[in-house]
Amino acid sequence: MNPIAIAVIFVGAVGLVCGAAIVVLSKFFAVPADEKAEEIEALLPGANCGACGFSGCSGYASALSKGETEKVNLCKPGGQDVADAVSALLGKESAAVETVVAVVRCRGWNGVAVKKHKYDGISSCRLASQLYGGEKACPNGCLGLGDCVDACPFGAIYVSDKGVARVDPDKCRACGICVDTCPKKLIDLLPAERAAAAVLCRNTQKGAQTRKACANGCIGCMKCQKACETGAVKVTDFCAEVDFSLCTGCGKCEEVCPTGAIAVRGLLPANQVRIMKDEG
Amino acid sequence: MKYYIALFVMGVITNNYVLSKFLGICPFLGVSKKTNTAFGMSAAVIFVMLLATAATYPINSFLVAHKLAYLQTIVFILVIAALVQMVEIILKRYIPPLYQALGIYLPLITTNCAVLGVVILNVDSGYNFGRSMMSSFAAGVGFMVAMVMFSGVRERLESSDVPKFLEGLPITLIAASITSLSFLGFGGIVEGMGLI
Repeated sequence: MNPIAIAVIFVGAVGLVCGAAIVVLSKFFAVPADEKAEEIEALLPGANCGACGFSGCSGYASALSKGETEKVNLCKPGGQDVADAVSALLGKESAAVETVVAVVRCRGWNGVAVKKHKYDGISSCRLASQLYGGEKACPNGCLGLGDCVDACPFGAIYVSDKGVARVDPDKCRACGICVDTCPKKLIDLLPAERAAAAVLCRNTQKGAQTRKACANGCIGCMKCQKACETGAVKVTDFCAEVDFSLCTGCGKCEEVCPTGAIAVRGLLPANQVRIMKDEG
Repeated sequence: MKYYIALFVMGVITNNYVLSKFLGICPFLGVSKKTNTAFGMSAAVIFVMLLATAATYPINSFLVAHKLAYLQTIVFILVIAALVQMVEIILKRYIPPLYQALGIYLPLITTNCAVLGVVILNVDSGYNFGRSMMSSFAAGVGFMVAMVMFSGVRERLESSDVPKFLEGLPITLIAASITSLSFLGFGGIVEGMGLI
């Protein structure tokens, strides 16, 4: 027989046998797939960010299909559209998703915040904060070394020219990974689609100490609490905090604040862009 | 018996597939960031190497008998790729955690040149079935030694102060070459031990 023919037949036969074996194996050892979960997963954004509290999009999808969770509104990157689509697929009533956005609660940029020493080590907030709490005299100041920048799966965070981290609200999908990453716990998810006041400072030291560390810090003077008509602003531990369910966004607190630490402009995406431009 | 020990020592240390023959560099650099995944990947490679050797040995005898030895490369690639697919299907069914941990690296074994290299070199060296299996096992263990050792090096590199222009892959390649150089120091121990 022609040697070329033998070669062709042999290689063809090996290929056929291997192919057939794979087909047989994949038929007999196939994992019974959860079709409903696959359909739900197709609706989810696929970012695998874990904001829903499950191991990823597939984890959330299988939990929904098995009925382990009833909540269809857990996907923050997907927002209302995904919640509606998933609930329609499952034949459940949709639930409202409050859109939130990550905000770095620090206005202590270079020139405003006092530095107590010079840090010259590995560029990591986590490591820097272990060495006497980092460069800034304020124990709650943004170190600006960008741990949150590296952690953000959407590339929404950057460190501004003035050395503090800022979130681009248009890119932020509110997954919350940065919230856990920041060693100073400066990043919070705050409501994005309505006017509300935000306190852009977390310093809980007494007013005089805060003043020495940073000109923009909340000194706990209580003016905002007194000015607030709905009782949304409360000062505890010398730092104001806003209850968003009560805040109407009237802006009275902003008018009285001596350091600019509380601001209604804080949360709407357009205003955040302004903050990033004006304030570094 | 002595010959089997010699094969083992050669595969693991003196003729290490990664560090002396420079086969399987892709997973060596790609999967060595963490010791756990490096270990899992190496275990999968050992398994696939043994399986591939067992499957290709009879095929090779057939090829040689019909004067078709020039088909070795293409047929071996075909068989190895199919075997990896089968291993993947079975792992997915019976050991899902391992399947998830290996992730993309399992299909990547298909194109791992260390697996093809060990099969071809076995054939070229004219080993019988037992020796082929021993040689593959040693090659796999050698791969594991290199991977796990290098993942340790890389974990230390992560937290060390590397000059800016060397950060990332450059320093990894330099570290890999130094590791490889250090294995040159083992040259001649098989002969020295009187195993061959």
